[in-house]
Amino acid sequence: MRRRHFLTLALGVAFARAEAEVRYPDVVAGAALAFPRDEGAHPAFRTEWWYVTGSLRDARQREYGFQLTFFRSRPGVAEASASAFAPRQLLFAHAALANPAQGRLAVDERAARAGFGLAYANEGRTDVAIDGASLVDRHGTYAAHLTARDFAFDLALTKTQPALLEGDAGFSRKSPAPLDASYYYSLPQLRAQGVLRHDGRSDDVSGVAWLDHEWSSRLLMSGAVGWDWTGINFDDGAALMAFRIRDAEGRAMWASATYRDRDGRTTTYAPQQVSFVAQSHWRSPRTGTDYPVAFAIRAGDIAVELDPLMLDQELDARAAIGVVYWEGAVRARIGGRAVGRGYLELTGYGKPLRI
Amino acid sequence: MSVAAQYALSRAISGRARDVLKGRTLLAVMAIAFGVALGYAVHVINQSAVRELASGVALLSGAADLEVRGPREGFDEHLYPVLARDRDVQDASPVVEVDAKLAGARATLQVIGVDVFRARSITPALVGRGDDALDTLRPDAIFLTRAAARGLGVEPGQSLHLQAGLQVATLRVAGYVGDDGDRQYAVMDIAAVQDRFARDGRVTRVDLRLAPGVDRAAVARRLQASLPAGVHVAPPATTADAVTRFSRAYRVNLDVLALVALFTGAMLVYATQTLAVARRRTQFALLRTLGLSSRRLVAGVLGEAIVLGIVGAIVGLVAGYALALLALQRFGPDLGAGYFEPGAVRPSVDAWSILAFALLGVLAAVVGSLLPALDASHAAPAAALKAADADVVVPARSRPLAWIGLGAGAAMAFLPAVNELPIFGYLAIALILLGGILALPTLARALLHALPVPRHVPAALALSHLRATPGRFASMLAAVVASVALMSAMAIMVDSFRDSLDAWLRVMLPADIYVRTAGDTAFLSVADQQAISALPGVAHAEFMRATTISLDPARPPVVLLARDIDAHDASARLALVGASMVPRVDAPPPAWISEAVADAAHLRPGDTLTLPIAGRDVAFTVAGIWRDYARQQGSIVIERKRYAASSGDATVNEAALWLAQDARAGAVRNALLAYAGTGRLQVTTPGELRRLSLATFDRTFAVTYALEAAAVVIGLAGLSAALVAQTLARRREFGMLRHVGMPRRAIGRMLAIEGALLAATGVIVGFVLGFAISLILIHVVNRQSFHWGMDLHVPWPSLAALGAVLIVLAAATARLASNHATGQDAVRAVRDDW
Repeated sequence: MRRRHFLTLALGVAFARAEAEVRYPDVVAGAALAFPRDEGAHPAFRTEWWYVTGSLRDARQREYGFQLTFFRSRPGVAEASASAFAPRQLLFAHAALANPAQGRLAVDERAARAGFGLAYANEGRTDVAIDGASLVDRHGTYAAHLTARDFAFDLALTKTQPALLEGDAGFSRKSPAPLDASYYYSLPQLRAQGVLRHDGRSDDVSGVAWLDHEWSSRLLMSGAVGWDWTGINFDDGAALMAFRIRDAEGRAMWASATYRDRDGRTTTYAPQQVSFVAQSHWRSPRTGTDYPVAFAIRAGDIAVELDPLMLDQELDARAAIGVVYWEGAVRARIGGRAVGRGYLELTGYGKPLRI
Repeated sequence: MSVAAQYALSRAISGRARDVLKGRTLLAVMAIAFGVALGYAVHVINQSAVRELASGVALLSGAADLEVRGPREGFDEHLYPVLARDRDVQDASPVVEVDAKLAGARATLQVIGVDVFRARSITPALVGRGDDALDTLRPDAIFLTRAAARGLGVEPGQSLHLQAGLQVATLRVAGYVGDDGDRQYAVMDIAAVQDRFARDGRVTRVDLRLAPGVDRAAVARRLQASLPAGVHVAPPATTADAVTRFSRAYRVNLDVLALVALFTGAMLVYATQTLAVARRRTQFALLRTLGLSSRRLVAGVLGEAIVLGIVGAIVGLVAGYALALLALQRFGPDLGAGYFEPGAVRPSVDAWSILAFALLGVLAAVVGSLLPALDASHAAPAAALKAADADVVVPARSRPLAWIGLGAGAAMAFLPAVNELPIFGYLAIALILLGGILALPTLARALLHALPVPRHVPAALALSHLRATPGRFASMLAAVVASVALMSAMAIMVDSFRDSLDAWLRVMLPADIYVRTAGDTAFLSVADQQAISALPGVAHAEFMRATTISLDPARPPVVLLARDIDAHDASARLALVGASMVPRVDAPPPAWISEAVADAAHLRPGDTLTLPIAGRDVAFTVAGIWRDYARQQGSIVIERKRYAASSGDATVNEAALWLAQDARAGAVRNALLAYAGTGRLQVTTPGELRRLSLATFDRTFAVTYALEAAAVVIGLAGLSAALVAQTLARRREFGMLRHVGMPRRAIGRMLAIEGALLAATGVIVGFVLGFAISLILIHVVNRQSFHWGMDLHVPWPSLAALGAVLIVLAAATARLASNHATGQDAVRAVRDDW
């Protein structure tokens, strides 16, 4: 699920009008995902993203969190245009580096219309780029490249496991309404290797990463104000994805989780089997928003506690897309014992999401 | 200096100070004020215009370090990704800019197509704001500046109709763009502008922001080397500089005109001070004998002048600011000359220019008083004590100075422009004027001695009086000569220009009907051209494609006119000047360049000229030079078939139609409008175009006319004041004449004749100087400033009428003054003062 805030908020009510201009394909149950075709872009759908999160260590065992995201949007305008500039496909990228030594995120963002080879999301395999920030699948290894003002990285992310199909074989529902869904798969346990440049130095780094790829034509269900999402790479090779969608009172309106154990057995959990219980809060000195940065998450009989790598992983994207949220590297524990690393996304804790 | 002398001097000066608000002195103050007011007003207007232009460019080019610009049609959009990927380029923002014609109206609107994702970091003033962020991408959405919305009378949510080809594009006003300033423009998505206004595959500009720390000039040089012909890379300020430079000659011209007003003011101060000093000769002589040093005396007179100057300058600055405010509101920053985009401009005020113009005013007053002051100090006290109204002594060294001035002035007229400004031309005018004035006593004596002494007693007396006092006579005439010279020079120049323009319009408008599409977005397709040629009543049609190309980024783009023209008979369509030729068959095809292009590029018929057309350099042979009053930035005419072959663009913006023998213009006009739809074409006749052009001309020169009138009024006022003053000063003489039996009426006649003779001398000398100056204005100042030639045409009737009016007014003034002066008892008059 997740990260649709970016479209719903950035382009606001636009979509209500866009409906009239273009007919987007529906997301339907039972459509089998095919790889590598479905790793590439699906330009007919309204929205799509490739979301890489991960944990890195340098030679001196310093730990970092990183995030690199590409969004594709079909706003439904200029569909008939003959111009090479026609804004039929828009691309956005977000990147963040969590360095506990800094205590705050270093971020980068960019936006462009697809075209002229400067920004694109190609079909057939994962191959997206905006102005030199790129994520390309080269025979099972993703090359993630970014050069921001404050930091840069070049990472090779190698698949160690097959795709984890979320929801019902990749059909991931977001609400009780059957059409309110996305196609969604994850690639957990990516082995990360590469170079990280920041603070004037260049470090060889390695670690583990997670790639989410999701596409849909639907918006967030009405009444929802935000969501909590996590993806955890367990040290033993297992993976857990869990999310819930909250209403204004903070109640879960929908939830879902998928767990694949180290032997590859996958279990999907229904909304009532998934719970998120906040363990501690952190208040942003900048926005005054309280974020539940530590959670006890339960999916069926799996219970995991999440603690943030550092408290301040608030991402202020008000200038670019009009939202502030918390998205950060977390450590996973079971009964106090460290069992893995992951990412946690918390949205809608400040102002309610405007849809 | 003795205490008595000091007291007497302070009395003499303060007595004058009390005089300040009276009569002649008031006139002198007014003259200074007038000069300062005009000078300051012109300066404020010019500064405001330049500042407005610079801020406009700054707003629209935002944080761009470099701009890549091409011809008006733009250049291949695939240059954009090449630039965007360049190693030194951080951000690149493509722009398509068109002047879109408003459907059903003559006006155009500057429409800027941007990629909002690229523009927001470089040019935030080009990012639209509305309720719906997606409107910045929607093809039907347009954002207007508040000023443009006000000007067009639309609000967000309403529709705006723009013309594309002969079709109408209906757009939705989605919100506002830019600041609350006065600039009028609109912003749309770049793809929408390409689609709707036939700019497929082309951009007109790419704004570049460079990576931090790179050498902008070096990057510009490196990028330039890889750009296609006609596409230039330069800092955004270059564009502003080009326009500023383009209008600079015009602005300097106005500045000089204003200084002329100040100069005339100084002449008037000279006239009044000379007489004032002459009147107080005895007083000053007394002071000298009491021990006042001549230096103190000069200082005292100059002190008076400074007071005059300060009062005049203060009044002038206030009036000048008010004048500038009024002119900016009424006519815009270029006073209607068409150099700048229309729109209200706030006056620009700074302390330095206020100080400078105040100093100029004081300086004019001091300079005007310098000669009289020196004269007073040089007079031998004993002689001066006796003869109260002896002649003004003109320093002997002024005579060689006069000839040197005239000679140097004539020589300077042949020097070339300095930095594209006719500096030597202006200097030549100033020197001829000064030389002429310094030569006045000599000229006056020569003129007066050439006249036979008449039998008529009053006339004989008048002549002999004038002959006896050529110095005073000259000082009274200085103001009138200066003003007549400037006025007649200006009148001859303007009339020559107007006459040449009229003749030019006749050559340039041979057809019966002219059809135009305005802006960049309206055009006639090949089908439209065929349909128009086939309209009933149209015997012959010629079409023209007008566009602009950039030959040099530091200059405004040159207009390229691709028209149906017979290379063997170009003079049938163009106002050719000088020799022309037909290129040999194997030579590049012909191009006819305007005088401005010929001057700028130093081209002559037979030379080869390379023009960037559609990104490629195409060679042409200069076949002739023509006069183009319509496009000061320069224009080049080429054959339309060559243009279409090189560019693939067969659309046109203008058509000239010749009617069949029995066809009526009205019927053809109606057929045209019926074909295109009302308001989509401008259909005019040559007569209408001529009227319009001449009306524009007159509006542009309205300022000149106003200055001329002011100069004449100042000159006349100066002469009248001098006549009245000296008549009053000669009361003793009149008393004596009455004593020996001369009737009052005869004295009046004598004075009237004196006045008329004076004025006639001034008018004749003024006309001669004016004619010389007009030649410099026409052949040096105008040619070097605006690069257009004109044929001399002297408006004899109006000049003669003006001269006659001046002479009659001078005679009448003298006559009136005499009534006053001779009104009192003759005996008392003889005793007066002694």
